Amino acid sequence: MNIKLKIWRQENPKAKGKFMDYSLEDVSPEMSFLEMLDALNTKLIINGDNPVAYEHDCREGICGCCSLYINGHPHGKGERTTTCELHMRSFTDGETIVVEPWRAKAFPVIKDLIVDRNAFDKIMAAGGFISVNTGSAQDSNAILVNKEHADEAFDSASCIGCGACVAACKNASAMLFVSAKISQFALLEQGKIEGMQRVQKMVSKMDELGFGNCTNTYACEAECPKGIKVTNIARMNRQFIAAKVGSQKQD
Amino acid sequence: MTKLDAKIPEGPLAEKWSKYKASMNLVNPANKKKLDIILVGTGLAGSAAAASLGELGYNVKVFCFQDTPRRAHSVAAQGGINAAKNYKNDGDSTYRLFYDMIKGGDYRAREANVYRAAEVSNETIDQLTAQGVPFARDYGGTLDNRSFGGVQVSRTFYAKGQTGQQCLLGAYSGLCRQINKGTVKMYSRREMLDLVLVDGKARGIIARNLVTGEIERHSAHAVILATGGYGTVYYLSTLAVNSNGSAAWAAYKKGAFWGNPSFIQIHPSSVPVLNDYQSKLTLMSESLRNDGRVWVPKKKGDKRPANDIPEEERDYYLERRYPAYGNLVPRDVGSRAAKERCDAGYGVGDTGLSVNLDFKDAIAKQGEKAIENKYGNLFEMYEKITGINPYKEPMRIYPAGHYTMGGLWVDYNLMTTIPGLFAIGEANFSDHGANRLGASSLMQCSGDGYFIIPNTITNYLADQIRIPRFDTNTEDFEKAEKAAKERIDKLLSVNGKQTVKSFHKRLGLILWDYCGMARNEEGLKKGMKLIDELEKEFWNDVKVPGIADELNQELEKAVRVADFFEIGKLMIIDALNRNESCGAHFREESQTEGGEAKRNDEKYSYVAAWEYKGSDQKPELHKEDLKYKYVEVKVRDYK
Ligand SMILES: Cc1cc2nc3c(=O)[nH]c(=O)nc-3n(C[C@H](O)[C@H](O)[C@H](O)COP(=O)(O)OP(=O)(O)OC[C@H]3O[C@@H](n4cnc5c(N)ncnc54)[C@H](O)[C@@H]3O)c2cc1C
Ligand code: SF4
Ligand code: FES
Repeated sequence: MNIKLKIWRQENPKAKGKFMDYSLEDVSPEMSFLEMLDALNTKLIINGDNPVAYEHDCREGICGCCSLYINGHPHGKGERTTTCELHMRSFTDGETIVVEPWRAKAFPVIKDLIVDRNAFDKIMAAGGFISVNTGSAQDSNAILVNKEHADEAFDSASCIGCGACVAACKNASAMLFVSAKISQFALLEQGKIEGMQRVQKMVSKMDELGFGNCTNTYACEAECPKGIKVTNIARMNRQFIAAKVGSQKQD
Repeated sequence: MTKLDAKIPEGPLAEKWSKYKASMNLVNPANKKKLDIILVGTGLAGSAAAASLGELGYNVKVFCFQDTPRRAHSVAAQGGINAAKNYKNDGDSTYRLFYDMIKGGDYRAREANVYRAAEVSNETIDQLTAQGVPFARDYGGTLDNRSFGGVQVSRTFYAKGQTGQQCLLGAYSGLCRQINKGTVKMYSRREMLDLVLVDGKARGIIARNLVTGEIERHSAHAVILATGGYGTVYYLSTLAVNSNGSAAWAAYKKGAFWGNPSFIQIHPSSVPVLNDYQSKLTLMSESLRNDGRVWVPKKKGDKRPANDIPEEERDYYLERRYPAYGNLVPRDVGSRAAKERCDAGYGVGDTGLSVNLDFKDAIAKQGEKAIENKYGNLFEMYEKITGINPYKEPMRIYPAGHYTMGGLWVDYNLMTTIPGLFAIGEANFSDHGANRLGASSLMQCSGDGYFIIPNTITNYLADQIRIPRFDTNTEDFEKAEKAAKERIDKLLSVNGKQTVKSFHKRLGLILWDYCGMARNEEGLKKGMKLIDELEKEFWNDVKVPGIADELNQELEKAVRVADFFEIGKLMIIDALNRNESCGAHFREESQTEGGEAKRNDEKYSYVAAWEYKGSDQKPELHKEDLKYKYVEVKVRDYK
């Protein structure tokens, strides 16, 4: 098949970016989306042009590196699919595909389609952990966890930190990402102890970093490639309120 | 030839580690913050080490080339992590885990290190659990286990097919906690280009800031490499595509010996090569063989759809050849058996280069739901790639490059032959001999990072507390930085006509053909010649666009591929030297009548540690003789 591409090009964080048009022939429907971009880059390099910069690593939907906004959807239109898992068979011959970086104040563009998602690490460093030093753990089976809770914790923990939820949200809110981590720990016995401090620290860091508010439009859930549910947000909000009330009591 | 000293502590096997810890040198807590440690790599090994060293109070500088530590390749590990907990009451123990690894590694690993890896496995699971890793559980709330290849107990802990992700995120959260406390400083999007020695000791690195292109100097009292494996040398492999061997290679060129470079595991079950533009082979975890049965048609060239081939016309060749272990034979055995069937013309799919992995019986017996619970994400992944629903049709799989048992040679302290340079995780050669058993890498990586390196590096640093922080404005740093810049300029100035990727792909094919699942003298020599030619062509005709002082992904690749040529050649030198078959290293000249690998213990019961002697010289071979006091060395038999 032949396709046309409209790709966001931006030399560096300070440069003004713009869309550039490309066309690519002989695209096989079996190619992954990134393999198609590889093919475009090969063509650009051979012609003496600069290839398109985009991020990727595992190419199997688990590392969270890939991050393209394709035809108006983060990771493209496919359900529960990362960009690297997207295949050209979901596009049609002659189609024009628009490719942009994540757009969010907290995720500035570094180059072309690569953005800086370091804000997620900062939120994690603020409280996304259980404080247990190496060597001080008890036997694993001394902590019993109800299987349903463990399974649910796993579902929340399967977030890959890609940032699609932020990119999808009109307010660029990071609630889905943050609440997934909060929920994972809240559901496990070993995570409950610090629950109250954790939610306050992570939420305040999130606010500080310029992510927007959640106005319950749920675009995040619809676009999340890992099926992280908005029920996580509800759980986080409950915890947050409880924590606020708790800390006021202490004051 | 010099003798290598592995510095194995005296005493009975089971007491070595506790004795070591009881008698090692310590650093007083107040002095720890005066000591700097550079740690390159944030996979499970690196993140676990960073968290633990930070907790101890050292001043740790951590590097990775991804945008965040959480994306290190460990995130992709699927099936599980081993520990000798014996929660299943099926006769497991530290000794049995140790024994399985020594045997699985085809008697080419060092007893003391392997025993220690098994010994710390239990603490590791406890640590990960406490950190909030949501391992699978039973209804009673306790942890569940499953089986992996090459063993007869159930000792593998898992989090669906995403165990690596969950373990890494656990260790990463510990790392984040230390970043918050200020003991760890994170340098993401940095690529280590060289190691800097001062008076023969590792004291720093040269790194490229991948956003600005700036070349940076960093100093420390000790350096740890946790940079993972070099399986991407084959171009197509199950590894994340940016994985590479360059950091370890830089250390090798500065004097760290490289152990068993040709020992590379080819995993039997990956989505096969489907087309020419494919950039990645996706693993289908070994755990699938708990329930999936491997078969090919009994009739050569049988092109009927798998479901139309009746039961009696199927050859369940693993069950046929290895009744004791069946579908759960170790990886090297499974891979060779698949290759044998395909080479003989029984392979399936368009290319004839794949075999069936069939869940029909398991689904009939346990129901689709139970299978989905265990392997849901893998089935989904398979369908996304191939468009085929594995609940309805067998998966098609074929072996793919997967894991490097070889790596930097380390002693019992996990220190390389360069004082002050340590290597942990997949980057070292240490624990898996000539073949790694499933779920034992995550185990080794976390054990190295959490429990071993914090002790052994302390032992090393104990006499360094009076040495002040190192200045990087010295000749040693200057020289290393200059060399790194020159190499980059050289790559940019070739300005030829072919892309870096096209070279990598051709190199990968050469190695796959001549130094892959089966090797022979003639092929290896031919492979060497082809790589030499290709390397010359690369330096004459590669096209690296852009400039040095910017984010330049082609340049990043070019540096790595330039090293892959050299790594590939060392693999071949090693494979040529070892004229025996052992584990993943199958020399066609050395096989039994039944086509099984034939070791030659008399001549090759050693670790081959190679020393760099300059770009135009052959590396020098040093042998670490392997002595087995606690296991009887036998013919590895899974029949
Ligand atoms: C698909 C797949 C599935 C697997 N499944 C399992 C499993 O189920 N169980 C199991 O036990 N094992 C499994 N393995 C093996 C296991 O995942 C790896 O061996 C292990 O994760 C390696 O971890 P590591 O910490 O040594 O390195 P990695 O996780 O590979 O991390 C390497 C780190 O080094 C950094 N780095 C490398 N070079 C440089 C440089 N020059 N400069 C700066 N940073 C650098 C990277 O940024 C990264 O942070 C699997 C492997 C694959 C490929
Ligand atoms: S919640 Fe979903 S979309 Fe958001 S970072 Fe996690 S995986 Fe990505
Ligand atoms: S490249 Fe890893 S998730 Fe897409």
